[in-house]
Amino acid sequence: MNRIGNQTIKFNNPPTILETASIVGPKEANGPLSKYFDKCLEDEFWGENSWEKAESKMIKEASNLAISKSNLPISDINFCLAGDLLNQCISSNFGLREINIPFFGIFGACSTFAESLCLGSILVESNAANNVLCSVSSHFCSAEKQFRFPLELGNQRPQSAQWTVTGSGCAIISKTGQGPYITHITPGKIIDMGIKDSNNMGAAMAPAALDTLITHFKDTGRNPSYYDGIFTGDLGYVGKEILTELALSKGYNIKSNYNDCGVLIFDKDAQDTHSGGSGCACAATVFSGYIFNQLKEKKYKKILLIATGALTNSTTAQQGESIPGIAHAVSIEI
Amino acid sequence: MGFFQTLDYMMLLKAFIVGGLICIIGQILIDKTKLTSARILVIFVTTGVILGGLGIYKYLVDFAGSGATVPLTGFGNALAKGAIEGVKQYGFIGAFTGGVTAAAGGIAAAVFFGYIAALIAKPKMKKQ
Repeated sequence: MNRIGNQTIKFNNPPTILETASIVGPKEANGPLSKYFDKCLEDEFWGENSWEKAESKMIKEASNLAISKSNLPISDINFCLAGDLLNQCISSNFGLREINIPFFGIFGACSTFAESLCLGSILVESNAANNVLCSVSSHFCSAEKQFRFPLELGNQRPQSAQWTVTGSGCAIISKTGQGPYITHITPGKIIDMGIKDSNNMGAAMAPAALDTLITHFKDTGRNPSYYDGIFTGDLGYVGKEILTELALSKGYNIKSNYNDCGVLIFDKDAQDTHSGGSGCACAATVFSGYIFNQLKEKKYKKILLIATGALTNSTTAQQGESIPGIAHAVSIEI
Repeated sequence: MGFFQTLDYMMLLKAFIVGGLICIIGQILIDKTKLTSARILVIFVTTGVILGGLGIYKYLVDFAGSGATVPLTGFGNALAKGAIEGVKQYGFIGAFTGGVTAAAGGIAAAVFFGYIAALIAKPKMKKQ
C-alpha cells in the first residue's frame, strides 16, 4: 500500500470483504431495507433487562453470525476492531468479552464502522493479519438516554432530529477472496464549523463529509461519476441536502448517484423518523445488509462509503461546546 | 345524575381554553426555539412565580380555576403565594418555608406517584 495525494491510501493487493452480518431492531425491520438484514428483532430488549445488555447481545450475535457465514474457524480471525456510542464503548467491550479474538476498541462516533474498515484493511494489507473482524452497534434507547434525555421523560423530538438505528453491523476483511475489494481509503480530518445543536447532527457533520469527499476525489483523480453509488453514513435528510449543495458549489455534482444510509433505512413519512437514521449501526447495517448485497449481485460495481461521526458527548453539549464532525471514506469495488 | 347537574359547564370551558392556551405557548417554544424541555419548564415556573408575586396570576385562577392552577405556571403561583403568606405569618424565615409548604401537596404527590409508576411500569421504545 502507499499514500497518494494528501491523505488517501491506495492498496496494491486490495483486501476483500469476505462476509458481512446485520441484526436490526423492530423499527428498522419495518423500514424499506427490511429484507436485506440477516436478523430482525421483534423486541428492542431482545429478552434482556436493559437496553445496554440488548445492544451488547446484538454486537455479539452479529459478530458470531459474520464469522459463521464466512466459514472461517474463529482461530483464523486475527484481530477484532469494534466500537459503539456508549461511554467507554461498553456495548462492544461487554458484548465481545467472550469472543476470544485480540481486540481493539475504537471510537469514531457514527463513523466507527468506516474507521474499523480503514484500520482493518491496513492490518490485512500490511500482512499483520489474514482476517479481521469489524463490528459496531448502536441502540436508539441507550443512545437517547446517554446523549439526550431519558425516554421516561417522553420528550418531543424536533423535525431536524435523527433516529438512532438499533442494531449491529459486522464485516470480515480478508487477505484472500473474490471481492468486493477495498481499493482506497481516505481517513478524514476533524472539522468543526461551530454547530451547537445536538438535534441537528446532519448539519454538524456535512462539512466533514464534504472535506473527505473532495479530498478523496483530488487524491485519487476520480470524479463523482466514477462511482455507481456514493453513500454517506448518517447525514439524514437535512445533512444530505447540505452536502449535495456544498459539493455542487465546489464543482462536484453528486446529485444523481449520492444517497445517505440514514435516508435509506427508514420510510420518513410512514415511520415518522423526522430527519432519518443515525448511529454507528446506521452506516454499518445499511452497508452490511443492503449495499454489500448489491455489490455481490453486481448491481453496484464501485461504491464510496463515507461514514460520518459527530464527536460530541453530553458534557460538552451542556457546557455549550460546538460539535466537531469527522468522516472516513472507503472505496469498495468488485 | 346529580353530579352532572352540579357541574359549572362555563367554568369547564374556561379551564379547557386557558389550560390549552398555556400548553400552546409551550408547544410553540418547543417547535420554534432551541429551548430544551427542562428550560421551558423552568421558564413556566418562574413566570408563575413572578405573575403570582405581582398578584396578577390570581385573576387568571379566578377566571379559569384548574385551567390556571394545574399547568406549571400554577405551581409557580402557589410558590409565590405561599412565600408571601409565610412572611406574613413567620416573618423573614417564612419567605423560605412558605413557598414549599404551600406546594407540599403537589411535590409529595409527584414523588409518591412517580415512585408507584416506577414500580409498576417499564420504560419502552418511543413510537415517534
